[in-house]
Amino acid sequence: MEEDEQSGMRWWTILLGLLVVGFVSRLVIVWMFTGQPRVTSKDSRKERSLKTLIVLGSGGHTAEILRIVEKMNFENYSPRCYIAAVTDDHSLAKAKRLEEEKAGDELKQSRFYRIYRSREVGQSYITSVGTTLLAMAHAFYLAFSIRPDLIICNGPGTCLPVCIAGFVLKVLGVRWVVMVYVESIARVRKLSLTGLLFYKLHLMDQFFVQWPKLQQKFPRTQYVGRLM
Amino acid sequence: MTKGMVFVTVGSTLFDALVEAVCRPECLATLRKLGYSSLVIQLGKGNFIPDKSVGEAENIEIEYFTYKPNVDEYLNSADLVISHAGSGSVFETLRAQRPLVVVVNTLLMDNHQSELADELAERKYLYTASPETLVDTLRTMRLDSLVPYQSSEPSALVTTLDQFLGFPPS
Repeated sequence: MEEDEQSGMRWWTILLGLLVVGFVSRLVIVWMFTGQPRVTSKDSRKERSLKTLIVLGSGGHTAEILRIVEKMNFENYSPRCYIAAVTDDHSLAKAKRLEEEKAGDELKQSRFYRIYRSREVGQSYITSVGTTLLAMAHAFYLAFSIRPDLIICNGPGTCLPVCIAGFVLKVLGVRWVVMVYVESIARVRKLSLTGLLFYKLHLMDQFFVQWPKLQQKFPRTQYVGRLM
Repeated sequence: MTKGMVFVTVGSTLFDALVEAVCRPECLATLRKLGYSSLVIQLGKGNFIPDKSVGEAENIEIEYFTYKPNVDEYLNSADLVISHAGSGSVFETLRAQRPLVVVVNTLLMDNHQSELADELAERKYLYTASPETLVDTLRTMRLDSLVPYQSSEPSALVTTLDQFLGFPPS
């Protein structure tokens, strides 16, 4: 009787161990391939455009990221999904205006979403635990239902839960989400907290900064000019 | 020597200290002395409502509104822009090639905004001030010593991204 229980326990331990080992090796594999160029055969290139998720960070952040969208070849980057904070009244309107100008009839393809923010300016830390959980859940729901091939973001904190959800999609093997972060032009000497976190965790496939001085401090970033 | 309009903007943010500083009689008198005749103010989320009669006393016409998503018409007709340090407003003004005084919000906790303003001021694209030093800055600034801002090209970033994703150059 006792022996049975013990062997049962042993099996559970082994199973759990295997799961942990499997998860950790998957995590290592994802990290190894993070930042590697996407391998495409010539045929697959033609047939497959990338479902692109663009996180609009409000104010200057939105203005900067839309400069990138302006220059994108929409044949390659479509459909496009835009996410902005629930409290941000202007960003989605700006994105819609750009889509109308640039995509015309194809606009039907693009989607616009609003997301809860983890913490508003001035909110207390105690209530922000609850709102952070809500924001995370919402980000996971959106990421799993959109299942993008590419996430482009440039801060502030709004993009953090979305990127974590994107990384989980990768680890679970649901979709290989290429993740791109552009540090805001306002960061001249230091990375933002969000940027620093992404950098330290090796979460991004491409990490751009907009000042050469900042690139020198963080060698795994790239500087290819400014957006504004 | 009438230079016309000064556009004051806090973007969509809350920065009453800037609007209050601009609307103080001392500041209005300085602007008048420099030749400006009217103010248009974008108040953003601010609660401070400017008193038009203070402007009348200094012979400066004051107009204001809460927020407009597109302020191009004001930027283009302004002879001077006084702005908060948000990168959106700053670069919109520089790209419109308007003389700019950026007022840094000294009350913000995480004050990375001054990083950008200082860097751009070092390159002589604009002047920086705080609400407390605005009048001094206006008095001592020399707008003809400012350098015109060369707008950047985001194409390089998109090209790098295209390459990384395996898209042929367009």
